[in-house]
Amino acid sequence: MRATIKLLVVGALIVGFALPCYAAKIVIEGSTTVLPIAQKAAEVFMDKDGKADISVRGGGSSVGIASMIDGTCDIAGASRAIKDSELDKAIANSRNPVAHVVAMDGIAVIVNPSNNVNALTKKQVKDIYTGKISNWADVGGKNEQIVIISRDTPSGTYEAFGELALEKDKVRPDALLQASNQAVASVVSRTPGAIGYVGLGYVNSAVKAVTVNGIMASKETVLSGTYPISRPLFMYTNGQPSGEVKAFMDFVKSSEGQRIAEEQGFVGLK
Amino acid sequence: MYIKEKIYRWIFTVLAFSSFVFLVGIIIVLFRESLPLFQKVRLFDFLLGRFWYPTYDPPEFGILPLILASVWVTCGALCVCVPLGIGSALFLNELATPGQRAVLKPLIEILASIPSIVYGFFGMVVLAPFLQQLLHIPVGLCAFSASLILGIMAVPTVCSIAEDALSYVPRSFREASFAVGANRWQTLTKVVIPAAGSGISTAIILGISRAIGETMTVLMVAGGAAVIPTSFFMPVRPMTAAIAAEMGEAPMGGLHYRALFSIALILFLITFLFNIIAELVSRRFRLKLGLAQ
Repeated sequence: MRATIKLLVVGALIVGFALPCYAAKIVIEGSTTVLPIAQKAAEVFMDKDGKADISVRGGGSSVGIASMIDGTCDIAGASRAIKDSELDKAIANSRNPVAHVVAMDGIAVIVNPSNNVNALTKKQVKDIYTGKISNWADVGGKNEQIVIISRDTPSGTYEAFGELALEKDKVRPDALLQASNQAVASVVSRTPGAIGYVGLGYVNSAVKAVTVNGIMASKETVLSGTYPISRPLFMYTNGQPSGEVKAFMDFVKSSEGQRIAEEQGFVGLK
Repeated sequence: MYIKEKIYRWIFTVLAFSSFVFLVGIIIVLFRESLPLFQKVRLFDFLLGRFWYPTYDPPEFGILPLILASVWVTCGALCVCVPLGIGSALFLNELATPGQRAVLKPLIEILASIPSIVYGFFGMVVLAPFLQQLLHIPVGLCAFSASLILGIMAVPTVCSIAEDALSYVPRSFREASFAVGANRWQTLTKVVIPAAGSGISTAIILGISRAIGETMTVLMVAGGAAVIPTSFFMPVRPMTAAIAAEMGEAPMGGLHYRALFSIALILFLITFLFNIIAELVSRRFRLKLGLAQ
């Protein structure tokens, strides 16, 4: 009896120590926007799969793609398509980046429900955020000062909004910076003259989304690409993925993976 | 027996010196993590730059708006906590009946035990919308709301230290004053307050330290706009709020990360300076009243 237990314990120890050697290690690096999807998907995938050992790092799209080209990561998260210069480098390194769209990022422009403005153009949104327009009367509303609400500067949503809506111009310095999408929505819901922007998943009944260039932000308009403040999010692999990397990519694209993306505030592809 | 005593002695010496070790460790980390910034950014541009755009390309690391926001909010808080704190201390010490004292003193101390996030939440959900409607300002999350809340948070610090200072004034001082015919008001303003003066100053300085280092409340209530404040009703971004909001997402080892550590270093130097001044002033106070050797 005793001997059996001993044997079992020793056996379990050996298996326990040996297992990590067999685990397939996957490194994901890149865009902080894609990071929450990668992180959550990796956690769920590791629970289900058991064999995979996935480590997820941020750093930004450029860092991720550069690492993938250097071979220090298996999957590069990117909130933009690969650049020509990066493709040249990849070819010089005999690498073959393959793009996988893993979700869509759509950012809704929201105002207080008491605001009578229902539509803005992309140009007006930009002028409001950069400070050229500071009164709602200039865009067809009441004579009321516009209170600009933005995300904190390191956030992915801030970066995406800056690129898509402001074309890399700076948000005026006196904008109120809030730490989360929820905080932006709650300040806008309590401040009559406020304008804010949040990931599509965070629009609720306490705020009012306005149309941009005549198009309302919704799952359909973001997926079709007609909504102007939207973009695809990518994961790049070297060549067509195989083995555990393929299993993980398939998981991310599966309906379960897409539900994870939606939980993180993005628009799923399914 | 002798050995046991020696062991205890050692244990308690180590425990007492551990805070010293923590202090030194924190100082070393602050310097080590922040100094590399100044190979890329000039100290002058950092301290006096007017724009804080840490994630743009090229980034701008001007923390003048953040420093001024901290100063602004702290001054506002002082306007609240000095009259409230010192006033309560005077009442407790001079006028309160033992019964009132027994109720009030613990109540004021309870203010200190409320977590700052609760103050922040109160400010965000109750005070800011209220002020917004009352004063017809575009947004209630501003320096004024933050000052009010910070001021209330600093009241217990100011009150209890000032009250201690007042109670240290020897009875003989008051008796001498009454003996030469001064009334109560004259005794208070001409004898008791001057005698407790440096103790009260210590209370105010520690109140400043408390307000300038407070993070959660200003993060939630001050609005967070990195702009040089020109009015009390503008949203501002104090140094602590900038660190708390941005540290989580700043890439480790990057310039932004270093800049946040540099802000922390400056904040540390400011509170360190205030605490040293408070210590010096209170030492003088104890000497003056003959409480120290």
